[in-house]
Amino acid sequence: MSVLIDKFDVFAGGFWLTLQICVLAAVGALILGAVLAVLRISPVPPLRAVGTAYVNIFRNMPLTVVMFFAAFGLPALGSNADFLRIPVLDSLFTRLGTDLPYFRFALIALVLYTAAFVCEALRSGVNAVPPGQAEAARSLGLTFGQNLRHVVLPQSWKASVVPLGSVIIAMIKNSALVGFFGVVGDLSQSADQLTSAEGYAFIPVAIGISIGYLIMTVPLGALLDRLEKRQAVAR
Amino acid sequence: MATGEPLIVLDKVNKWFGPLHVLDDVSLSVGKGEVVVVIGPSGSGKSTLCRTINRLEPINDGTITFDGQPLPAEGRALAKLRSEVGMVFQSFNLFAHKTILENVTLGPVKVRKEKPAAARERGLALLDRVGIANQADKYPAQLSGGQQQRAAIARALAMQPKAMLFDEPTSALDPEMVGEVLDVMTSLASEGMTMVVVTHEMGFARHAANRVIFMADGQLVEDAPPTEFFANPRSERARDFLSKILTH
Repeated sequence: MSVLIDKFDVFAGGFWLTLQICVLAAVGALILGAVLAVLRISPVPPLRAVGTAYVNIFRNMPLTVVMFFAAFGLPALGSNADFLRIPVLDSLFTRLGTDLPYFRFALIALVLYTAAFVCEALRSGVNAVPPGQAEAARSLGLTFGQNLRHVVLPQSWKASVVPLGSVIIAMIKNSALVGFFGVVGDLSQSADQLTSAEGYAFIPVAIGISIGYLIMTVPLGALLDRLEKRQAVAR
Repeated sequence: MATGEPLIVLDKVNKWFGPLHVLDDVSLSVGKGEVVVVIGPSGSGKSTLCRTINRLEPINDGTITFDGQPLPAEGRALAKLRSEVGMVFQSFNLFAHKTILENVTLGPVKVRKEKPAAARERGLALLDRVGIANQADKYPAQLSGGQQQRAAIARALAMQPKAMLFDEPTSALDPEMVGEVLDVMTSLASEGMTMVVVTHEMGFARHAANRVIFMADGQLVEDAPPTEFFANPRSERARDFLSKILTH
């Protein structure tokens, strides 16, 4: 078990990189997922079709395949995903700005994949709002956007938050894949490095990275439980 | 009361829910200031009729005009039209996350761009008018059904609508609360509001309506002043319906 102490800096570094990619991917997936959810409940049929097609593609494809497309498809199209080298943000999340594009590719894949699930979690919340609420808002002359903003979304949030949390927890665990697509130094790739290249025993290393993931996911789960209990009281 | 100038005109309106012909060639004209009560057995299409007037239900065939304008398709023009037609629902549909006063001021502030202070003042006056000014800061779930429905009427009136649609406004209420809602509706009617009321309250139909519409199987079967309709229904369907509801 001494590897946990001897190589603490490797674990800490892996934790930090995984946390970075998860924060960025969560923000990206929440934004894209919200846009998709609006498309899917829009009164305009072509917009609905776009949202539905997106969800059908990305929810039903293995994340590994999405990662392959990002890591091999984007370079084939001549893109290094340089649009993600966002000033200021890349000084905080340094891997965004590196010449090696794999962090950006992995981030894109994680966002595209998770957004489909975020969209559905948000939509299930919207569906939990009684249809009479939106009807009353339409009858007053509120536009689709006003209806969402002032009537439907504030009430859908309560029903969305728990499934949304599950989606983000799943995303944190899914991020373990990025090490196999060229991202060096995240939690799971660090484990691979320690066991296969440096010869450490597998089980202690696996315990080490498990702790790293649990530090991210358990508090998030506890927070969701609290939110859920508070809602139960409010009801 | 009625000036005869038509405000709501339905011309040969047809609507299907799948194979079900819910509105069958319905033509109807409602004049400014007129109170039209729509009655009929359940499933006769009367609620659907009411909901087509502000296009909560789109129609398959025919035309509906409001104040001389055909109903626009989904979009800003339709939103504007809906803001001029108040609607009161069977299940109240007050915004559950907003206080009663916020329910009443949301439309004026967001749709009509009124100043919040002015909307608030008028909202309070309307709540006072329907007798629930002291409930202004409560949430809908804290009110009785009758109070909620009166709040919903105040919410619709806050838009200063040209007409009001009532879709079975008292059907979800406990019996002792029906009267307080009908009182508000009766006073509205006597002030000259144009109203289309789908209801089972025959008393209201008798004393507040200018005309009674009887619907069955999606068709408009009778259209007569209330005294004439209740004393002397012309159709077999109407006689049958009235005998069923008036014997108890």
